[in-house]
Amino acid sequence: MSKRTVELELATPGVDARGEPLRVPLGVAEHPDLAAEHMLINIGPQHPATHGVLRLVVELDGETVVRVIPHLGYLHSGFEKLGEYRHYNQIIPLTDRTDYLSPMANNVGFALAAERLMGIAITPRCTVLRVIACEMSRIISHMVWLGTTSIDLGAFTPFLWAFQERERIYNLQEMWTGARLTTSVTRVGGLMADVPGDFVAGLRHFTQTFPKTLSEIDRVLTRNAVWVGRTQGVGVLTAAEATNHSLSGPMLRASGVAYDVRKDKPYLDYETYDFDVVVGEHGDVYDRYLVRLEECSQSNRILQQALDRLPDGPINIADPRVILPPKSRAMNDMEAMIYHFKQVMEGVKAPVGEAYVGIENPKGELGTYLVSDGTAKPVRWRIRPPSFINLSVLPKMAVGHLLSDLIAINASVDIVMGEVDR
Amino acid sequence: MKRVIESKEVAGQSPNYLLAKLQDLVDWAVNSSRANSLWPMPFGTACCAIEFMATAASRYDFARFGMERQAFSPRQADVLICAGRLPFKLAPVIRRIYDQMPQPKWVISMGACASTGGIFDNYAMVQGIDTIVPVDVYVPGCPPRPEGLLYGVLLLHKKIKGESLFDRVPRRDEQPLDDRGLRLPPEQIDEISEPFGNSIHQFRSA
Amino acid sequence: MNRSVDALRATFGPAIGRALESCGDTIVYVGREALRDVMAWLRDTPQQTYDYLVDITAVEYRDRERPLEVVYILRSLTRRTDLRVKVELDPQGDLTIDSVVSLWRGADWLEREVYDMFGITFRGHPDLRRILMWETYAEGHPLRKDFPLRGRFSRAEQVRQALAAQPEAHYSLEELSIAAAYEELPADMKERLRRGERGRLPDSE
Repeated sequence: MSKRTVELELATPGVDARGEPLRVPLGVAEHPDLAAEHMLINIGPQHPATHGVLRLVVELDGETVVRVIPHLGYLHSGFEKLGEYRHYNQIIPLTDRTDYLSPMANNVGFALAAERLMGIAITPRCTVLRVIACEMSRIISHMVWLGTTSIDLGAFTPFLWAFQERERIYNLQEMWTGARLTTSVTRVGGLMADVPGDFVAGLRHFTQTFPKTLSEIDRVLTRNAVWVGRTQGVGVLTAAEATNHSLSGPMLRASGVAYDVRKDKPYLDYETYDFDVVVGEHGDVYDRYLVRLEECSQSNRILQQALDRLPDGPINIADPRVILPPKSRAMNDMEAMIYHFKQVMEGVKAPVGEAYVGIENPKGELGTYLVSDGTAKPVRWRIRPPSFINLSVLPKMAVGHLLSDLIAINASVDIVMGEVDR
Repeated sequence: MKRVIESKEVAGQSPNYLLAKLQDLVDWAVNSSRANSLWPMPFGTACCAIEFMATAASRYDFARFGMERQAFSPRQADVLICAGRLPFKLAPVIRRIYDQMPQPKWVISMGACASTGGIFDNYAMVQGIDTIVPVDVYVPGCPPRPEGLLYGVLLLHKKIKGESLFDRVPRRDEQPLDDRGLRLPPEQIDEISEPFGNSIHQFRSA
Repeated sequence: MNRSVDALRATFGPAIGRALESCGDTIVYVGREALRDVMAWLRDTPQQTYDYLVDITAVEYRDRERPLEVVYILRSLTRRTDLRVKVELDPQGDLTIDSVVSLWRGADWLEREVYDMFGITFRGHPDLRRILMWETYAEGHPLRKDFPLRGRFSRAEQVRQALAAQPEAHYSLEELSIAAAYEELPADMKERLRRGERGRLPDSE
């Protein structure tokens, strides 16, 4: 099987004399015979294998991909515009819906940025609980990735195993926040609620039984001839390319760049936890699979440590201007009632300034950039979307591969369209 | 099925014949077949699609209710389940997919965003897919629990079983209103898309 | 304060504007004309090595007097430091700035998004098209402060425009040039393709 790569000049001069973007259409003018050979195939936006509403326009030479042009925006929901009309705590439910596969991690990311902006230091118990939230999110996100990628490559059973593990985490999330998916677990300065009594025991039981499922999936896939044949050598990306394309997360680490936000720019006391950063060698789909699989084990390890060190104490800071008072006090005490009123009606005002906080989301580095002009609503809420930036390297990775490899490569990028399009 | 068939007992002996109206019998057979093997076309966009997948997985398993095969091609689907928010860029896509489905077809609008636009009352979001396709069952929730979606599916079963093959009213054969294909008059679209709830207070930026 | 600021001032002098710290990050303002040279210097100089572009975005303030800022967040993976570079643009003036795609390929889609949401044109970008909204989106640039939350048109009009299926809205011109059906395209569209123009929605306001 030989792969032919046809190189076409894609560059355009940019902008013409009137300032309009100038594009020179390719293909027909210079190579009339090429245009007759190649097929234009449209994959999506409604397609089971695109992992959401992604549209790929593929130029095919037989079965070989010559060019891929991704089209986004089919799930553009105007999050950043909405954020400018909401108080900081009202934005937290919006963050659930961007990367809906790991909602708690998004909540934590936004809360950290808002707290950095306001200069708030959270309590020790809140810190550990947020680490638990982040790592639970990592596990459920990687389980979705594993399940859907297996389906794309033909293995249906790991999907059911992975989703069963997700259901167990969903039980815990529901126990804590009341919601399975749209958790909104953090608030600026603390959390929405403390974990209930059964939570710690339930999570500990999960960490004890989860490695068994991981090893089952590992036994089915890792040395499976079909899996290896379809993923090794496919979609290779070198470390220099990955860095230059601003990739992050498992995509970057599988190409050999040892960058993990938890180790290199630690937040939530991650430097005090004992875990390994998984770095790949070849930068192909197989390495990304191994990185994500091993990251689940590492998350399990972090969860066990977090449960051991979970301190007692309050989850919210003691500042009544930022945290709502308990309802019983707000109904009985005048001062508490005034604080409650001001927070609900006016919102918590942030000082003038801006903050950028990046966290290690399961998909990559999720950054939240908040700019404040002193009011209770941000001037700009920018989500630095790891999936969006990771997806931009798809055209480069897919050239020269077969159409079925394109599906495998697309799956390995681990995108969630809610975050890509926001 | 109740009271469709009357059996005649003659003085303690077993019935010799059964009486039923042909229309009821045919309707019962056709509607049961349709309802009990609805093949869904999962038009999953956002978070509701994840709950849809959870409903399809082993814990809630809507294969028990007849949705054994998810039809990813609209040509082979019975019910279009729009799971998730629908931006304007995706509107022509869902309309085309709905048009490609053969009769009989139904639509379940899963979640708050598909039903009314949800929390996204802004420039990018369609305020309810019923401005674009006719909807049979609305399942509220953000996202609805799998039990909620299953309840919506059972409601659709009930609706289907109440239909009749002999009904002269054309099913789902709607003509678009103008040459750009709006299915509701513009005034009605504006009326049902008007802000309500928190949206009427949260439109000021400062 | 990040040490790069002093090095920048030493190298580029008056092209570097004010520098400040906010919430632990260093922000430095750079003049628009010097941007390409500054960015290339930041990436390639051995003591700087900002080899990783974290993000490109833009900020428009509610105060109409303040300029529009294009924000670049750069990172040096080896030295583990971040730097935020900002360029100010006059919102009533010419919203054009140089593209940094030739330095960091990751800037490709990030700049397209800034163009889509703010209307800022990036000179030298190979393919500056809208990325989140559809190509013939007629309401404007959504993240500008004068763009209302619910858009400029009525809901019925937005539905109507969304449902109007024109080939230009679904396929980019370069894609249409690949297709085998090129011969069957209408003559005026072929002419537009040859000139490199983008299509329009028929009878739009």
